[in-house]
Amino acid sequence: MSDHPVESDGEATYGVRPPTTDGRRQPPPSAPATAPGSREQIRVRRLDPAAIKGVMSREVANFRTFWKGTTFSSVLEPIIYLLSFGLGLGSTIVGEVEGVPYAQFVGTGMVATAVIFSSALPAMFGTFVKHHFQNTYDAILAAPVDVEELVTAEMLWIGLRSGVYGTVPLLVTIGFGLDPAPGMLLVPLFAFITACAFAAFGITVAAMAEKIDQFNYVTTLGVTPLFLVAGTFFPISGLPQGLRIAAQLNPLHHLVELVRHAAFGFQATDLLRVAFLVALALVLWRLAVARMRRRLID
Amino acid sequence: MGSVVKTFGPITAVNGLDLDVPSGVCLGLLGPNGAGKSTTMRLLTGQAIADTGSIRVLGHELPRNAKAARAEMGVVPQLDNLDVDVTVEENLAVFARLYRVRDVPAAVDRALAIARLTDRRRARVDELSGGMRRRMLLARGLVHDPRLLLLDEPTVGLDPQIRTQLWSLIDDLRGRGVTILMSTHYIEEAERLADEVAVMTAGSIIARGRPADLVAEHAGRETAEVFGPAGELAALRARAEDAGLRVRPAGPAIAVMGSERAPDGLLPEYAVRRAASLEDVFVLLTGEEAE
Ligand SMILES: Nc1ncnc2c1ncn2[C@@H]1O[C@H](COP(=O)(O)OP(=O)(O)OP(=O)(O)O)[C@@H](O)[C@H]1O
Ligand SMILES: [Mg+2]
Repeated sequence: MSDHPVESDGEATYGVRPPTTDGRRQPPPSAPATAPGSREQIRVRRLDPAAIKGVMSREVANFRTFWKGTTFSSVLEPIIYLLSFGLGLGSTIVGEVEGVPYAQFVGTGMVATAVIFSSALPAMFGTFVKHHFQNTYDAILAAPVDVEELVTAEMLWIGLRSGVYGTVPLLVTIGFGLDPAPGMLLVPLFAFITACAFAAFGITVAAMAEKIDQFNYVTTLGVTPLFLVAGTFFPISGLPQGLRIAAQLNPLHHLVELVRHAAFGFQATDLLRVAFLVALALVLWRLAVARMRRRLID
Repeated sequence: MGSVVKTFGPITAVNGLDLDVPSGVCLGLLGPNGAGKSTTMRLLTGQAIADTGSIRVLGHELPRNAKAARAEMGVVPQLDNLDVDVTVEENLAVFARLYRVRDVPAAVDRALAIARLTDRRRARVDELSGGMRRRMLLARGLVHDPRLLLLDEPTVGLDPQIRTQLWSLIDDLRGRGVTILMSTHYIEEAERLADEVAVMTAGSIIARGRPADLVAEHAGRETAEVFGPAGELAALRARAEDAGLRVRPAGPAIAVMGSERAPDGLLPEYAVRRAASLEDVFVLLTGEEAE
């Protein structure tokens, strides 16, 4: 196929042959070809924490450019909801739900709302934009990072961020009169686990989508129902039986329950809820890795 | 790389490619659009997996050991993929971490110095000019002091003046002994920077050698360009080819290669005779007009 004979062994080998050049490109003997000590043999292993931290540090660097807006809306939103729903509805129409003042009922439930909207949506849109428009993943995967580490890092970052922002409605509700309870210290952890699951879900969706408008279907048919039938604004117990059973498969519902129980007293079944969320996060994580690998490696 | 084939559905992007880059050499991969240059680069980083064939990079077998290979090479992509909202130094620091560099600030300083961007280190990337962004991509590919550098069309779409700047940076790197594989479709770029040139078209290498050797082998010593009406040129072309000379179109003219061997009287007196060039070889071999 070539006018020129292929090199004897037919494959690329380095450091074996001297340069086949006229010599003018030889580095001067005084100048070392490499800066001593800066080159390090990296350990090649699966899920290298250094790779994951590196990818997360990129997210942190970018996040620093827009954290103010995100923080502003994540604090203001629950305040607005609590003022209008909690105090408005609560003082005039509803009063108490399940023995809890309505404002506190909604406020604790809103942790789940904050989690899904700060995890599934950013994961979906962020992943798509970074892949299709910014070619970010091309750059990262040219470094010693593989798809598994990349996806894991993206998921963990969104999980952490969402774990923090998910707690804000709870803090706001405390400001509105909810009594702090020691169980609440677990809320960031619950939010983190759930957010990881939704982040992995969002990454999977982005890996499978060809066009960004396909996300409309996912938000309308997936995210919105999950958010409405989670028991945030009204208790699940008032729904028809079919929906009540469906709600048991809704991770957001379990998060809502966990947060309320953190505030008002845990139950034994809460362990099952946590186990369900962890299992879901693990399954969706593997799915996200598989779909992204298919998308990113030709 | 040995006998590497890579297809995308019906398209065969790389077709039985054999390529080796000797240590310390700057090899120019010269080919027209769609020749498979970028695909070759992606195969070398493990971002694309070959259908068949074997690939070894710096002693690492691919795709199995792609991560270890990537740790020792730097990549400057054809498409700009910097983080635009973030500062120059933060972009570099992130990649220093991805490459597990021990002393991140020192690596960033060194890369900035090589790309001559030290005074812009705190600028956001979207405040940089196009030429600076290209230099920044180069700096990012060098932040871990790689042994091998893959440059995919490093100066595509740049002003001539900025291109020259970038060329001198790349030339510096050759001086440091970095092995370079550089794809380009600019003849001049290959001529200026590459120790050796491999001409790639339709997914395989059709000629390889030092620029001067390629010219001597394929185009001879001298080329004559003849302008004139199309009919006359066609007739001249037929006569020249009968005399065993190779002819190619050159814009409105035709170029007769090896014109030093032309029989007396074949070429008109007004033919412009010049030294044969790599461009002659490229157009002859690929059938594409050069840029
Ligand atoms: N991911 C992909 N999916 C489908 N086809 C692809 C893909 N990547 C490359 N190709 C096709 O493979 C062929 C070679 O493409 P490649 O990008 O390697 O060429 P190139 O030599 O780099 O060209 P250019 O000078 O335009 O950058 C083209 O026909 C291209 O359309
Ligand atoms: Mg290309």
